[in-house]
Amino acid sequence: MRMLWLLASRDLAAAWRSSGLWLPVAFLLLVASLYPFAVGPDLTLLRRTGGGMLWIAALLASLLPVDRLIAPDRDAGVLDQIALRGISDEMVVLARLIAHWLGFGPPLMLATLPAAALLKLDGGTIAMLEAGLLVGTPALAALGLLVATLTAGLRSSGALAGLLALPLAVPLLIFGAGTLGDGSGAALKFLAAASLLLVAITPFAGGAAIRAGRE
Amino acid sequence: MNGAGLHLSDVACLRGGRMLFRGVSLSLNAGASALLTGPNGVGKSSLLRLCAGLLPAFSGTVMRHGAVALADERLALDSELPLARALDFWARLDDSANGAVAAALDAMALAPLADVPVRILSTGQRKRAMLARVIASGAPVWLLDEPGNGLDTASLDLLGTAVAKHLAGGGIVVTASHQPLPLGAPVILSLTDHLPDPPHLLYPGEWDA
Repeated sequence: MRMLWLLASRDLAAAWRSSGLWLPVAFLLLVASLYPFAVGPDLTLLRRTGGGMLWIAALLASLLPVDRLIAPDRDAGVLDQIALRGISDEMVVLARLIAHWLGFGPPLMLATLPAAALLKLDGGTIAMLEAGLLVGTPALAALGLLVATLTAGLRSSGALAGLLALPLAVPLLIFGAGTLGDGSGAALKFLAAASLLLVAITPFAGGAAIRAGRE
Repeated sequence: MNGAGLHLSDVACLRGGRMLFRGVSLSLNAGASALLTGPNGVGKSSLLRLCAGLLPAFSGTVMRHGAVALADERLALDSELPLARALDFWARLDDSANGAVAAALDAMALAPLADVPVRILSTGQRKRAMLARVIASGAPVWLLDEPGNGLDTASLDLLGTAVAKHLAGGGIVVTASHQPLPLGAPVILSLTDHLPDPPHLLYPGEWDA
């Protein structure tokens, strides 16, 4: 447990120093402020489509930090040094998942508030959006981390990571945006199920990918 | 550090479909050191990674008793952090004694640079920082890959002193180097004596041959 805390706090501090925490937030706000320029300031149109637009922005924002999640530490020998100490690669990925979500999920949820105001979303939609992001951002973080471990040793891994992640993220987008117009709460439950699955398999799949990439 | 040991028996290494060496045996107990020699590409670094457990042996067994510290060509220190804090992360992960980092910085004459960010260190200073990381780890088995590269005469003496102290304390040191280093009286292992005979490329299906 102490190991997990040490690893996660280092990862979070590294993300903070590299100012990687602001990138997704800035991206989301940028998209939210550009969208009304593109579709016009029609209130009803913005209100109807704004929530889904923010889900797309959140999904794409989750791909921005992917190339700095694993590859720099792999190249600097940090992952090997951790492995030398008998710490499993699964533990490394789990710590990184915690740190990545903490640095990505809550800031994105906060940024959603001004973004929703820009799109004139009503209170109920904002509440659903925040609930969906609370459930869905761990899945987005896990997915980003998973493709980062898979592509860490490859050239132009950033572009490849996007191509790998987007098809896998489609269910998250469907259920996530689905929560907005869904009174029954079923979409939120599906989103939670997808999120649980991704969070559960990422440490094992990611750990295996790091081990396989070690040479 | 009592009971530290590193034992290789009849180890072969296969990388990228190529047999690098085979039949390597080495037995080191507390206080012993070994020097790996051979031309570039003969597999010195691979043997060190094999000793560290980062690379599986193609055949043969590798047994380690005690924790391992590895200094290869990669620094593995956060480049934005001051040197002392970057070393501190590893010391905390290793559960090193209080003051281990300060002592290691002293041993490598890096104490005046403790507050300098890792990214602006020079080549020789980075190498010394890496050695300080190894010293601070408190691990009984040291694996050093070309530790003398980039070090000036004074720093080489520091390295020699640190190694002598480690060996006197019952540690084990395995060094790969093609330059003379002040390492006491190591067991010399020349990998050119362990080239596969004849040296050739191996492909799947050929492995049993």
